[in-house]
Amino acid sequence: MTTTQPAAPGPEVTGRPATEPAAEPFLSVRDLRVRFGTEDGVVKAVDGLSFDVARGRTLGIVGESGSGKSVANQAILGLHNPKATDITGQILLEGEDLVTARERRMEQLRGNKIAIIFQDPLTSLSPYHTVGQQIAEPFRKHRGAGRREARERAVEMLAKVGIPHPARRVDDYPHQFSGGMRQRVMIAMALVCDPDLLIADEPTTALDVTVQAQILDLLLELQQEFGSAIIMITHDLGVVSRVSDDILVMYAGRAVERGTVHDVLSRPQHPYTWGLLGSMPRLGGDVGKELVSIPGAPPSLLDPPSGCPFAPRCTFRDEVPDNLSCADDRPALPDGRGAACHLTGERRTVLFTERIRPRLL
Amino acid sequence: MTTETAETQPAPAGTRTPLMTAEGLTKYFPVRGGFPIKRTVGAVHAVDGLDFTVHEGESFGLVGESGCGKSTTGRLLARLLEPSGGTLTYRDRDITHASRRELAPIRSEIQMIFQDPYSSLNPRQTVGTIIGGPMEINGIRPPGGRAARVRELLETVGLNPEHYNRFPHEFSGGQRQRIGVARALALEPRLIVADEPVSALDVSIQAQVVNLLRKVQEELGIAFLFIAHDLAVVRHFSQRIAVMYLGKIVEVGDREAIHQRPRHPYTHALLSAVPEVALEHPDGTPAEPPRERIRLQGDVPSPTDPPSGCRFRTRCWKAQDLCAEQEPPLVRIEGNAEGHLTACHFPEAGTTLAADRPEPVLPAPVEP
Repeated sequence: MTTTQPAAPGPEVTGRPATEPAAEPFLSVRDLRVRFGTEDGVVKAVDGLSFDVARGRTLGIVGESGSGKSVANQAILGLHNPKATDITGQILLEGEDLVTARERRMEQLRGNKIAIIFQDPLTSLSPYHTVGQQIAEPFRKHRGAGRREARERAVEMLAKVGIPHPARRVDDYPHQFSGGMRQRVMIAMALVCDPDLLIADEPTTALDVTVQAQILDLLLELQQEFGSAIIMITHDLGVVSRVSDDILVMYAGRAVERGTVHDVLSRPQHPYTWGLLGSMPRLGGDVGKELVSIPGAPPSLLDPPSGCPFAPRCTFRDEVPDNLSCADDRPALPDGRGAACHLTGERRTVLFTERIRPRLL
Repeated sequence: MTTETAETQPAPAGTRTPLMTAEGLTKYFPVRGGFPIKRTVGAVHAVDGLDFTVHEGESFGLVGESGCGKSTTGRLLARLLEPSGGTLTYRDRDITHASRRELAPIRSEIQMIFQDPYSSLNPRQTVGTIIGGPMEINGIRPPGGRAARVRELLETVGLNPEHYNRFPHEFSGGQRQRIGVARALALEPRLIVADEPVSALDVSIQAQVVNLLRKVQEELGIAFLFIAHDLAVVRHFSQRIAVMYLGKIVEVGDREAIHQRPRHPYTHALLSAVPEVALEHPDGTPAEPPRERIRLQGDVPSPTDPPSGCRFRTRCWKAQDLCAEQEPPLVRIEGNAEGHLTACHFPEAGTTLAADRPEPVLPAPVEP
């Protein structure tokens, strides 16, 4: 995602060095809509999503279950069943539209130029094949490598992702690895063809916290080595703050806020982002205070609200200017840094500094 | 950081009434193998000699990574599992091997809240039947009738009493977990074993349920055994916390001791691994000083064949020969506050700040 704003002064929030946004986005998603026909009606899983990712940068997509973050990224990979899914909009990978691309073309891209790491390494790996075979498969398919060359590549990749004794472990089956090691195998498999775009769909959610820290460090190291663009999908703002450059906050199939990690997490502008920050207990927080939870539950995507999807749960909907209605008018998300909210920019700043920040610290 | 107020500080352990005490609590699960005749070939040392006490009205947190035995401990306390060894004392009565009949009066006083709000409610029963079930089984007739009591409970957990006749599928995950809480409260228990009650929920919903549980705990004075892997949630909910690793408690103390002055290397590593959003003051300065950086090597060893001596030694950066030979006892080591026990031969300094640990602890790179 490219932001036109210069990096804000002050200490860096994340543990990663600040990288300058590249001029040309590598991946550009424009007004993406994904709809599924179901027995109950049409589910608008993604409803007008736009974002950009540049090479060498990490975009964190944050949202709760049902916010459309996984569905949108499965659309990038062309993983939806075309018979049951209606996809409109554009997904431009270096100018090539993937929405209209043929299945054969997607096959050439998947695992080669675009790769994905799934959440659950146990169900995403085949129990019948050795990890070496599974890592080598995309390499043989896309690079036309022979058996021996592919095997050497698999050993090299296993070493790169930090698996001890890679030359011996290459012939082991997934069940012989622990959860964290399996996730490393998944990462090795995703990176075997040096993809330009890596989509990590909740890659650490199933892992323990000490192993999660190892995997996040590994992803950062590998990105510095390979320079891939990464889309990190997660529900955990802490994970995003550790690995991402930019953040896109999603709610009910739409993006509600975007910006650099530092801007979004230290000066969030959307009431939903405020709610997310307030809902997380902090290791250094005041245990005497209640958590600031968001009332209610996310809307049904069968019949989403026509205006702002967050309006029914928003505490500040009465404060918007009189000429706008949260229930009827859909707020637009500006390009670059911004939030899809009818509150005026000044009002949001005042609300955050006076009412929200004191409750977070 | 030191934001705990006077009210939230627990009283010294001696002044409170013990509710449930575990001494040397042990649970081994046999591992069967062999062909054609299956034999017991080993045992999973799920829980291996735990000593702790849950006091009346207190929330006792149990944290650890998957496979450390925290859920097994919860099930042992609720006597859903039979202990392999040690003793369990509930209100001065030994219930370690109590029979069904002996347990009957106690069962209503110990309730459970489960992790998965989808599989822990019967889809064929209405909410009224689910919440009223425990009262029916125990033959309890509250004044005004069971239906009135169920409606009252629904209100307590923040649900609409008119939802009495609805089925679980009509509710969202957070609302279902509220139903689970209402069911646990139906018998006015003294102890609730909550096994990861919020980890299946979304962040915004999780906060609602944590707030509800805190309200219930404070207003009704119910003791909780709160099992979770999320250290921040446990800190927010529990006055005292025990850290488990591979079937053992490695450190126990009040929340301030565990989070601000941990001594066991594993507690340090766990706290350091939590990814957190760094908040800022309005002037742009960080709201909290940076934390120390520790990365553990590898994964938790298998509980079927735990390491000798200290179980953490295979991943510990301070391990020496002594750690393999001798198991460190869980005691109040020098420098610990009262009630803060640590099982370690070479404890760390009681701080979690990066300023006090200039060199981060990082695993050695792998040789290809």
